[in-house]
Amino acid sequence: MTKVTMTVNGKTVSGDVEGRTLLASFLRDDQGLTGTHIGCDTSQCGACVVHVDGVAVKSCTMLAAEADGATVDTIEGQANADGSLNVIQQAFQDHHGLQCGFCTPGMVMSAAALLKENPKPSEQEIREYLEGNICRCTGYHNIVKAIMAASGQDVTAIAAE
Amino acid sequence: MYNFDVEKPGTVADAVAAMRTEDAQALGGGQTLIPTLKQRLASPSTLVSLKGVAEMQGITRDGDSLRIGGATTHATVAADGNYAALSALASHIGDPAVRNRGTIGGSLANNDPAACYPAAALASGATIVTTSREIAADDYFQGMFDTALEEGEIITAVNFPIPQAANYQKFVQPASRFALVGVFVAKYADGVRVAVTGASNEGVFRWTEAEAALSANFAASALEGLSVSADNMIADLHGSATYRAHLVKVMTGRAVAAAS
Ligand SMILES: Cc1cc2nc3c(=O)[nH]c(=O)nc-3n(C[C@H](O)[C@H](O)[C@H](O)COP(=O)(O)OP(=O)(O)OC[C@H]3O[C@@H](n4cnc5c(N)ncnc54)[C@H](O)[C@@H]3O)c2cc1C
Ligand code: FES
Ligand code: FES
Repeated sequence: MTKVTMTVNGKTVSGDVEGRTLLASFLRDDQGLTGTHIGCDTSQCGACVVHVDGVAVKSCTMLAAEADGATVDTIEGQANADGSLNVIQQAFQDHHGLQCGFCTPGMVMSAAALLKENPKPSEQEIREYLEGNICRCTGYHNIVKAIMAASGQDVTAIAAE
Repeated sequence: MYNFDVEKPGTVADAVAAMRTEDAQALGGGQTLIPTLKQRLASPSTLVSLKGVAEMQGITRDGDSLRIGGATTHATVAADGNYAALSALASHIGDPAVRNRGTIGGSLANNDPAACYPAAALASGATIVTTSREIAADDYFQGMFDTALEEGEIITAVNFPIPQAANYQKFVQPASRFALVGVFVAKYADGVRVAVTGASNEGVFRWTEAEAALSANFAASALEGLSVSADNMIADLHGSATYRAHLVKVMTGRAVAAAS
């Protein structure tokens, strides 16, 4: 076991991990942050996306030991300071960007990474950016719409589907 | 996964030393290796993480030569732009999260028959720089998942001569996002090189007939009389050997037309 220390959602946390412990397992099992989901565990679905040092990564495909010393942000840290939903989360709710919600933490984290890089993405850019986030329920339409709305673009002309 | 130790060297020298541990294996971005370990297809004693090796990070240009550190991520190459066709290739590997972790050294060491970087390295006549030597791309790729790398050898950098014009055309296999067939065309003062990935059971290869035709006349029409044999092409549920052979020519033509 080795000790790792990282800043998760602004708080310094540490724990003992095995070499093989995945960042996703550390977050979920050690830290109790079960908002980060493990969908496929084969690096395909993006349900486990978190930010490490500000960029989106699949936490099922990174070792906890590699995140030692890093800044990690998860879905639990996304709400506003007063506990209300942030603009992306609120847009997902307003535009019905989720059904079962399993993919949603990863979708929101990917969307946050996209909007940081590209504050007003086109529909095509959103679709391309979400290539590694799989949703089995929504058909993506409302997810894309929610992200457009979260970026301050007018989505009234886009049909609700 | 079987358990293993994780070493995080900060220098190439320390990485080389760590690789001497019995059954040690290099860890780049882990985007191939971690899924492999989950399937228990490998059981290293120690993973030597290369992410912290500063000498293996980043991109430097010297005239018409681009040096890319072996631990440089796809995202960094995508954002670079010194070699536009190479950056474009990197920007279409997998998805953003994969590009934020995956590295050029890991991709070339793995030499997946459908991976993108091998086509760029071979078409550019790149040099693979390792902890013990420099290997010309023509000698480096030795078949599916097989390379000239020896036990414990680490790719520290890849040197690309920047061509006059180049382009990569990837026919995406939509489920995996790897190349069903990908063709990289690069035009240099002394001739054109064409490398094909995704198609052959032998892994990445040069299409020499197309190189000769394009060196004489760099236009898609120069390919008209040529054909690609389906012998030894990959055949799977995504495409037959004949289909892949057909795609090689189509993608080469598109790459020539788009080259800049
Ligand atoms: C969903 C998904 C989609 C993908 N799509 C594509 C795609 O479209 N095109 C594509 O080309 N690839 C694709 N990949 C693969 C991706 O590019 C990997 O990042 C890459 O193949 C391996 O690089 P890595 O740095 O992650 O290496 P790792 O997974 O860490 O290592 C792979 C192998 O290389 C060895 N190794 C690592 N670094 C070095 C080094 N510097 N020197 C020597 N040996 C080393 C390791 O020991 C291991 O054997 C995809 C991966 C995923 C998960
Ligand atoms: S659980 Fe990590 S990509 Fe699916
Ligand atoms: S809402 Fe169910 S998987 Fe996306």
